[in-house]
Amino acid sequence: MSTTAVHSLWTTAAEPITKIDAPKIEYGQLSPTLIVIGAALVGVLIEAFVPRRSRYYAQVFVSVVALCAAFAAVVALAADGYGTTKAHIAAMGAIAVDGPALFLQGTILLAGLVGLFTFAERRLDPVAHGNRVDSFAAQAASVPGSDSEKAAVRAGFTTTEVFPLLLFAIGGMLIFPAANDLLTLFVALEVLSLPLYLLCALARRKRLMSQEAAVKYFLLGAFASAFTLFGIALLYGYAGSVSYARIAQVVDGTVTDVDPALADTMGNDALLLIGGALLVMGLLFKVGAVPFHMWTPDVYQGAPTPVTGFMAAATKVAAFGALLRLLYVVLPGLRWDWRPVMWAVAIITMLGGAVVAITQTDIKRLLAYSSIAHAGFILAGVIATSKDGVSSVLFYLAGYSFVTIGAFAVVTLVRDAGGEATHLSKWAGLGRRSPLVAAVFAVFLLAFAGIPLTSGFAGKFAVFKAAADGGAVPLVIVGVISSAIAAFFYIRVIVLMFFSEPKPEGPTVAVPSPLTMLAIGMGVATTLVLGIAPQYFLDLAGQAGVFVR
Amino acid sequence: MSFPLLTATAALPALGAVATAAVPAAQRTAAKWLALLVSLATLALAVTVLVRFDPDGERYQLTENHAWIRDFGVRYELGVDGIAVALVALTALLIPFIILAGWHDADPLETGSRRWRPTQGFFALILAVEAMVVISFEATDVFVFYIFFEAMLIPMYFLIGGFGDRAHAHGEETAATQRSYAAVKFLLYNLAGGLIMLAAVIGLYVVAGSFSLSEIADARANGTLHMATSTERWLFLGFFFAFAVKAPLWPLHTWLPNAMQEATAPVAVLITAVVDKVGTFAMLRFCLQLFPEASKWATPVVLVLAVISIIYGALLAVGQRDIKRLVAYASISHFGFIIMGVFAMTSQGQSGATLYMVNHGISTAALMLVAGFLISRRGSRLIADYGGVQKVAPVLAGTFLIGGLATLSLPGLAPFVSEFLVLVGTFTRYPVIGIIATFGIVLAALYTLVLYQRTMTGPVKPEVSAMPDLRAREVLVVAPLIVLLIFLGVYPKPVTNIVDPAVKQTLSDVHKKDPRPEVEAAK
Repeated sequence: MSTTAVHSLWTTAAEPITKIDAPKIEYGQLSPTLIVIGAALVGVLIEAFVPRRSRYYAQVFVSVVALCAAFAAVVALAADGYGTTKAHIAAMGAIAVDGPALFLQGTILLAGLVGLFTFAERRLDPVAHGNRVDSFAAQAASVPGSDSEKAAVRAGFTTTEVFPLLLFAIGGMLIFPAANDLLTLFVALEVLSLPLYLLCALARRKRLMSQEAAVKYFLLGAFASAFTLFGIALLYGYAGSVSYARIAQVVDGTVTDVDPALADTMGNDALLLIGGALLVMGLLFKVGAVPFHMWTPDVYQGAPTPVTGFMAAATKVAAFGALLRLLYVVLPGLRWDWRPVMWAVAIITMLGGAVVAITQTDIKRLLAYSSIAHAGFILAGVIATSKDGVSSVLFYLAGYSFVTIGAFAVVTLVRDAGGEATHLSKWAGLGRRSPLVAAVFAVFLLAFAGIPLTSGFAGKFAVFKAAADGGAVPLVIVGVISSAIAAFFYIRVIVLMFFSEPKPEGPTVAVPSPLTMLAIGMGVATTLVLGIAPQYFLDLAGQAGVFVR
Repeated sequence: MSFPLLTATAALPALGAVATAAVPAAQRTAAKWLALLVSLATLALAVTVLVRFDPDGERYQLTENHAWIRDFGVRYELGVDGIAVALVALTALLIPFIILAGWHDADPLETGSRRWRPTQGFFALILAVEAMVVISFEATDVFVFYIFFEAMLIPMYFLIGGFGDRAHAHGEETAATQRSYAAVKFLLYNLAGGLIMLAAVIGLYVVAGSFSLSEIADARANGTLHMATSTERWLFLGFFFAFAVKAPLWPLHTWLPNAMQEATAPVAVLITAVVDKVGTFAMLRFCLQLFPEASKWATPVVLVLAVISIIYGALLAVGQRDIKRLVAYASISHFGFIIMGVFAMTSQGQSGATLYMVNHGISTAALMLVAGFLISRRGSRLIADYGGVQKVAPVLAGTFLIGGLATLSLPGLAPFVSEFLVLVGTFTRYPVIGIIATFGIVLAALYTLVLYQRTMTGPVKPEVSAMPDLRAREVLVVAPLIVLLIFLGVYPKPVTNIVDPAVKQTLSDVHKKDPRPEVEAAK
């Protein structure tokens, strides 16, 4: 460090403390996030003070009201023009309020609401000792198979903490795609991840598997977080700032007012490239892109199915939002460096997910690999680096998230004595036993496969069109081929459900409460509406296609 | 705004499908009647389209044009030319017969779950296929066409995989396995073709900025849209691949024998007489019109493949032991003729090909449906299990013979006219190809007559001796088809009148004129 640098640090520290202004926070524009996090805190208080038997109702009530209010706030902000003309950066440069942020926040909130319905479902598991129970462990702290667990089950405990945990995760997800500096991004990443690690461990049945999944997720997630943080540090070293706008300026070389204290170390391209790569790696981990996908199948399989559905939908939305902002706002000047890498990632993600899914025998693992393949399709849209690319990704995410939650909600219905019957062989002949459930699941699978007249097709068409427009024709061809491969295993499940003879000891389909029905109904409705008349939503996504810088 | 006749022709069966599916489980017969009435009403609408269509008028008539998905540049654009009118009419004509022929095919064997309603599903799926086929004939927007071209696979897939012949030589277990194999093969082949086409559809949009057939054609004609030669060829291949799978053209044909063998006879008719026609129709409508230069470039290869289809299909048909498989290979041979006619680029060839699509639909329907009646009586598809049927069931044998003779293009029956036109049209430009294709006719005579001889003549097999003749319902199915075959064989003018102007326009798109006759006929 040069002497001038030491000097300037010294003098900065010696400035009188009165000069620090109170930060200006636009509470109204941040209200969606604030509402959700506030409700999560209320949920913690409910856990502490409300009697056990009324906790469930209080928690569900607070969560539903909060998510609806937050969604209303997003709609109000969007109607006010914050998505388009009034888009700007709030909270002292920490949070962007713009089209993509609001669109994704709306999607996350709706997905969260639908996910909440599946969390709150209490009619699927048989009544235990006179108490209705949900998919979550009676008492998370009790060792699986121990006496204390049995006592907890007998006493009819339920883990109502899942609701505030869910709200905290949603809160983090709301900030994640809106974060406009790297530290906010990291804090949001942790706020969304930590509750998810916990939620993964809370399955009522197959608890060991659930805990194993949580530990794997946590360990790998911690690695990814560390990479992200390291990347942030290197980028700070490169640009002398964690602000997106500032880093972008340094990358473009348009920065004028360089702090003399940092001028010596700034602008080192090695820091930029390594830092950017590490940061993108962390986000690709959350997205579940190959080669950072190893956690996906185990976690999807082990986690309680409502959590899997929520995670598969909302985390993906939030992470892709953050990835888009990072690549479009911070690193557009580096396009020629990251595009080839992302090309490769997209190609191996599409092909890898589709090929490995073929051999799966567990429905949740199958959906996990399918989600990997879908991450690849979305990446094809991300790579387009155009306004169309952004809006096609937004549209895809909106369609995909509801199909995903709906599909996992159907998985929770198919049960045998050991809980959910997730092995594919048990799904044989489901179409004969309960045609409606099988037909609904078939609709979801066809949407995943991208058959026309479903949201999956419209989304896939949008991203591939954007990619082809952006000159990535080979990517489109790989995408089309992996769609064909993927179609094979989706169709295989349909064959199994409709054309195989039902097994005598096969699973039964539980009759759910209106909550799960609502979740599944939302899935079917969005699948068909976005498939047949997508124009309104394409318009919405199109208007939301511009990032504020 | 005038009444959207074309939309109605597709919407009616679509709504009928929903209504049929919603009929309660116990009211099985009501569902059948509902489906039949809907298909007849659709036929009435199709006849209205036929009457309102003016062969000498504008190219696309009864057009409808509405905004649909603006962001993708997609308009809901319908219109029919003579070729489309003929095929819409064929589809609407065949569906009532298919429904009537399959009247008992989906009756549940055992009561099972009260919510399991195969009968309703069967007829609803047939109507759904009809709706999608009709709209893909009518679409003049590439995207609209593509959507329904792909979507029709799903109901078709359930029809093949979900419903099979009642009695099966190897028991229900193996039958179900083979059926789902056939259904999956059908779906994967066609889906792969369709997805390759999707890449080409996106590519077309990137190049042309529009999906509208007329807009793209205009832009090409007045030079505002220029496609690089290699681009045009790649796009052509993407489209052609999907259509060649659907048609099916050798070597992409292998799904068809499986599908037709495992499906019930009415569904097999639905596949080859109706759904596959979308493939050959689309070659004429999309490949030739959108990519004229590439079409000319590909003609030699396509013709060779078509001739291979003709000979290979016919040869394999000769060797089949399974009646339905035999008809399937015969169809592959016939599709070879159709594709040859399309790509011969002469007006006789293309008129013949269009006429061939119509006639092949009717003749295959007649042959296959009678074969289905035969198979349902004996419970076997193997030719060797039959013998002397004409002594026991003369009407059945007689109709089977007429269907067979139509398949081998006997003069006086409809397919003769079209086959003759195709051969003449090909010969004027590609004599060698035309001559080789002629051998297909000889082979057709062989496989049809041998089939008839082995099943219908000779000593009566004991298992066949108690075989009942055609019932009233079955006669009602076959008789009109045979009347049509004879009528169009003697007097094909009503169809050719409609088709010819449209073919002339298609040819002018590819800038091809009929070759001048070498020797002027003496006046």
